[in-house]
Amino acid sequence: MIRFFLSGDHPQSRVLTALLLVILVTLALAPFLFPGTRSLETAARICIFIVLVASYDLLLGYAGIVSFAHTMFFGMGAYGVAIATQRMGTGYDAMIVGTVAGTALAAVFALGIALFSLRVRAIFFAMITLAIASAVGVLVSQLSGITGGEDGMNIRIPRELTPAFRPFDEPVLGLRITGRHLNYYLVFFSCLIMFLVLLRVVNSPFGRVLQAIRENAFRAEAIGYRVVYYRAMATVLSAAVAALAGAVFAIWLRYVGPATTLGVEIMLDILLIVVIGGMGTMYGAVIGTVVFVLAQNYLKDWMGGASDATSFLPLVPDLLNPDRWLMWLGILFILSVYFFPSGVVGRLRGKA
Amino acid sequence: MTLSTEHAPEHAPKMARLSLSERLQPWLPVLLVPALVLAGYLMISSPSSWLTLTVSGLAMGMMIFVIASGMTLVFGLMDVINFGHGAFVSFGAFVGVSVLLALSGMTGAPSLMLNLLAVGAAMLAAMAVTGVLGLGFERIIVRPVYGSHLKQILVTMGGLIVAEQLIHVIWGGEEIFIGRPEMLKGSVTVFGATLEKYRLVAVGLGLVLFVIMRAVLRNTKLGLIVRAGVENPEMVQAMGYHIRRVFVLVFVAGSALAGLGGVMWALYQEMITAHMGMEIMILVFIVVIIGGLGSVEGCFIGALLVGLMQNYTAFLEPKLALISNIALMVAILMWRPQGMMPVIKAK
Repeated sequence: MIRFFLSGDHPQSRVLTALLLVILVTLALAPFLFPGTRSLETAARICIFIVLVASYDLLLGYAGIVSFAHTMFFGMGAYGVAIATQRMGTGYDAMIVGTVAGTALAAVFALGIALFSLRVRAIFFAMITLAIASAVGVLVSQLSGITGGEDGMNIRIPRELTPAFRPFDEPVLGLRITGRHLNYYLVFFSCLIMFLVLLRVVNSPFGRVLQAIRENAFRAEAIGYRVVYYRAMATVLSAAVAALAGAVFAIWLRYVGPATTLGVEIMLDILLIVVIGGMGTMYGAVIGTVVFVLAQNYLKDWMGGASDATSFLPLVPDLLNPDRWLMWLGILFILSVYFFPSGVVGRLRGKA
Repeated sequence: MTLSTEHAPEHAPKMARLSLSERLQPWLPVLLVPALVLAGYLMISSPSSWLTLTVSGLAMGMMIFVIASGMTLVFGLMDVINFGHGAFVSFGAFVGVSVLLALSGMTGAPSLMLNLLAVGAAMLAAMAVTGVLGLGFERIIVRPVYGSHLKQILVTMGGLIVAEQLIHVIWGGEEIFIGRPEMLKGSVTVFGATLEKYRLVAVGLGLVLFVIMRAVLRNTKLGLIVRAGVENPEMVQAMGYHIRRVFVLVFVAGSALAGLGGVMWALYQEMITAHMGMEIMILVFIVVIIGGLGSVEGCFIGALLVGLMQNYTAFLEPKLALISNIALMVAILMWRPQGMMPVIKAK
C-alpha cells in the first residue's frame, strides 16, 4: 500500500522517514494543533510551496534544465482562477474552468518555449526563460484592465470555503470548524495528491529517461531516446503542475497580485529551496520548504536578538540585521552547491 | 558554400565571383541598425521626436554594450556565464554615486571641467572597486565550478543574492536619488529636437569605449591571445600562454566595465536601487544572446538594436516595450540560431 503510494521511492533513511512523517502529520492536523489564522496561513503556504518546488525539481533535479520561468506558470494558474471567477461569477464551475484554462495556457506556453529554445544549451535556456518571465511580469502589471495591474485582484469563492460558513454547531475536538478549515483541507489534499503524482512521474520509465538525459544527453540520444521530446514533456508537465499549484494558492489566498505569484523573489526562493533541500530527490522539496519557511520566520527573530547583542561592534549588527536573512541563506546556498550538491536529503540518505 | 563539394573543406576556394547577396551576408547584422532606425523614422511621424528617441536609444544601447561586453568575452573565453554580473552594475552605481555625492562641491559648480573631473573620479572609483570585486568573485565563486553550466548558474545566482544584500548592509535599503552634474543637466535643441546633454555624452563615451576595445582586441598581442582563446582555449594553452591568467584579466576588465556601466546608468536614471543590476541584466542577456556568444561586435550591434527598439516602442506603444525586445530576440534566433555573429561553435 505504502509502496504503491510512494511509487517504490522510499525515503531510505530513518531520520528522513521520521522527519517526513512528522511533517505529514503536522500538516494534516494543523488546524487542530495550531488554532489561529496565522499558523494556518503558514501551513497552507508550506503545502503549496512543497508542490511548487517539487514541480521545479522535476525540471532542475531530474531533467537538469534551469528555467527561470516557473513562477510565470504559477501565476498563470492563479490568474486563471481570478479572471474566471471575475467573469463568470462566484461558483465552483468558475473555479474549475479557471484552473483548467490557466493550466492549459501554462502547458501550451511551456511547449512553445521548450520547442523554441530547448535545442540550445542550458545557459541559453536559462537566459531566455528569465527574459520571457520578466516580460510577462511587466505585461501583467501593465494590462490592468484584465489583471488588475499592480493592485492585483480579489477573488470571491463559494461561501462554503470562507470563514463565514459554519457547518457544525458544536466544536469538533475543541475547534470550531469553519469554511476556512474546509478550504485548508482542499489545499492539503490537492497538494498531497499532486506531490504523489509527481513522485509517480519521476519513478516511472519517463523519469528514468530524464535522469539519463541529465547525466549524458549525448549518450541518451545515441541509445535512441528523443532528447528534445523528453525535455519538452518535462517542461510541459512541470509547468502544468506549477499552474495547478497556483490555482490552489489563489483559491486559498482569495487574492492574486504580481508580487505574490510572479515576482523574481519567489523564483529565487524556489531555487534556494530546491538546492538546499536536495536536487533530484522530490523529498528535498518537502524538507527544503519546511526549513526555508521556518528559517524565514525564526531566523529573523534569532538574528534580531543577535543583532541587538552585538550592537557595540561595528558592521556586525548590520550583517545580523533581520532584514539580511536572505544574505545568510544565499551563503548557505553557495556552500551547499559546492559541498552538498545533493542537499539535506542526499546528506541524510548518505548517512543511512 | 554553394560550390564546395561534399568532401571539400569549408574554406574551399571559389572561382566564381560572389553574388551581391553572398557578399552582403556577413554585413547583414550591421545593416540591421540603420534598417531599424529607418523603420523608426517611418513609424514615428514627427522627425524631431524620432531624433530624440534615436539619440536616447543609442545612449541606452551604448550603456548596455559597456555592461554586456565583458560578460560575452568571459563566456567566449571560459565558457562561464555569470548571472552575478548584475551585482557589479549595482556595486559600481553605488560606489560611483557615493563619490559623486562626496564631491558635491565639484558637481554643483557651473564648470564643465570640474563636473567632468568629478564624474571621471566616480567612474574610476567604481571601476577600481568592481574590478577588485570581480577578482574575488572569480576566485571564490566561479573558479570551483568550471565545466558545469548548471552549477555555474546556481552559484553565480547565489553570488548575486549575497552581493545585493551586501549593498543593503553598506548603503542601507533605500534607493538613492542623484542629480546630474550642473553642466550635464538640461538639453540642447538640434533641428527642433530636444537632446539631453547627458545622453549625447553617454553615446560619445560608449563609442570611444567600443573603438578602444576593438583596437585592443585587433591590434595588440593581448587582444590576439584573447581572440584566439575564444576560438580555442586549449590551443592557446598549448602555445605556452597562461590562458587562465588571461581569463582572470578579462573577468576583472569585464567587471570593471560593468561597474562603469552602473555609474552611467545611475546618471541616466538619476536613481539607484540594490536590485537595479538584476533589472538591467535582462536586457543584457537579450543582447548577449542575439549578438552571438563571445562576439564583441555582435554585442555592440545587439545592444544598439535593443536600445533603439526599447525607445521606439516605448513611444509608440508603451505597454509593449519589453515584449518588443523579446520579439526581437525570437526573430533573430529564428534567423540565426547561434546569434548574429557567433564566434564559438555551440558545444
